[in-house]
Amino acid sequence: MIGDIVAIPWVVVLIVLPLMGGMACFLFPTISKSLGLMTALAIFTAVGGLSWQLVEEGAQRYAIGGWGASLGIDLYADGLSLLMLVMAALVGLGVSVYSSGYFSRDKANHFWPLWLFLWGALNALFLSADLFNLYVTLELLGLAAVALVALAGGRGALTSAMRYLLVSLLGSLFYLLGVVLLYHSFGSLDIAILAQRVEPSPAVWAAVGLMSVGLLLKTALFPMHFWLPAAHASAPAPVSALLSALVVKASFYILLRLWLEVFPQTNTAFSQLLGLLGAAAVLWGGLMALRQTRLKMLIAYSTVAQLGYLFLAFPLATSCAWTGMLYLLFSHALAKAAMFMAAGNILRYGGHDRIADLDQVAQRLPLTLAAFSLAGVSIMGLPPSGGFVAKWLLLEASMNSGQWWWAIVLILGGLLAAAYVFRVIGYAFTQAELPHEAGVVPARMEWTALVLAFVAILLGFISPAAFELMGIGAPFGVGCAG
Amino acid sequence: MSHVFLYALLGVGLFVLGLYALIVHAHLLRKILAINVMGTGVFLVLVALAGRNQDTLPDPVPHAMVITGIVVAVSATALALILMLKVNGATGKNELPDRDRD
Repeated sequence: MIGDIVAIPWVVVLIVLPLMGGMACFLFPTISKSLGLMTALAIFTAVGGLSWQLVEEGAQRYAIGGWGASLGIDLYADGLSLLMLVMAALVGLGVSVYSSGYFSRDKANHFWPLWLFLWGALNALFLSADLFNLYVTLELLGLAAVALVALAGGRGALTSAMRYLLVSLLGSLFYLLGVVLLYHSFGSLDIAILAQRVEPSPAVWAAVGLMSVGLLLKTALFPMHFWLPAAHASAPAPVSALLSALVVKASFYILLRLWLEVFPQTNTAFSQLLGLLGAAAVLWGGLMALRQTRLKMLIAYSTVAQLGYLFLAFPLATSCAWTGMLYLLFSHALAKAAMFMAAGNILRYGGHDRIADLDQVAQRLPLTLAAFSLAGVSIMGLPPSGGFVAKWLLLEASMNSGQWWWAIVLILGGLLAAAYVFRVIGYAFTQAELPHEAGVVPARMEWTALVLAFVAILLGFISPAAFELMGIGAPFGVGCAG
Repeated sequence: MSHVFLYALLGVGLFVLGLYALIVHAHLLRKILAINVMGTGVFLVLVALAGRNQDTLPDPVPHAMVITGIVVAVSATALALILMLKVNGATGKNELPDRDRD
């Protein structure tokens, strides 16, 4: 029995399931909600199967159609892929449950196929070992994400979707040109083969530059974050959660893979630059979040700041720093999804998300406010949350490597986060001047937000086990002692 | 060898030209066309670099990549065009506003 479970090629199942589910939702719109929820559960189970397989047998490589690299396309799963897949599965299941209460029937018919295609693209991206295949998944992801933003309708959503699409296509083209140069120089697209063959040359530096610019644009690293706040804030709440929690992390994942495997002879100047931009993003995003008058814009700018932290690991480049950074990525995904869901509930209840007019949310939507506060604890990096463990590792790494200035950025960023989270919570207890019709918020929308926020806190307690899973296949050197 | 580089340079030229047009033009249709020109530039580089030297047959993998790339470009363009129509319907303009603030 156990042998059978381990023998199933879960990496293929994980890609085929969401695509089939998406097609089924598209063909049978009347039952798309139940089909979508079933697919979400199935994907969640399949991720469980893959984790079991990885624990039993170590990192997995699967040659599609039996061709194998370098002519064929390989799928590859190690601890790093697993972390991203688990993150996508947790947030994805939450978003699926939340959406089943959020969308009207008409919107739901469009939402489910697009969302499952997006999930399929994400899974394929996290499992691809081929640079061109990564390009295709990146485009699939971008197109599905843009269509989901446009789902909200209305002026703001459509214009920001359009801007998002142009930025996303531009980023992909830069990435593709870099792929072309790498293929021309080394005759392979497989990451593992490239890792062996690559050696410094002008063409490689051009490729590094082009691919990094493209991916940074898609990851919205400061100062290329201009498209993110509007797109993330004007999308429907579950879509905002997906974009901030998962979609921006996908292009970051590709960058990280390239950085760890294909370009390991890191240019210190370039990694210092990434760290500096990350630090600027932390401070700028935090300051802009404080200045926002709309709740969803505040949360979107907080994403800009949190993405900045991820780049602080590049100049440190120790296995501790990578571990901390990935844990931050993971806990941010859960916390930020919970925050956007809470904002969606508040928007549904009050009909607006002006921070200054959040009236008595504390009394009327206690679960939602609890979800927002718990998510805020993780975003600020207070113990015992996942965000705390992650920031602690990053702090330790920056002290150990003697680059103490990154530690100051970490602390300042935490203070800024505390300021904007408490600003929202403070207003939630005030009484509004204007009476209004209160919307009905389904219980499952409140509970999903709370559960996701709770898992973000829980991550602080299960970190040793999580680090062990992340270390399968040693994607970033031997495990971290802390 | 030289004609290969000529085509590759031409491809890079198209890429840069498209990038320039994407930045300076405000009209959305021009922006979408600019993205397409950039894509064509990348495909030209791919095909040009496939024929490394005249003695051996060209490498078929880049051709397969170009075909896939064209499929992606067609779907992206279709989405961009319908989105442009929707933006026009919502705002009455074929341009993106400088800043969305409300």
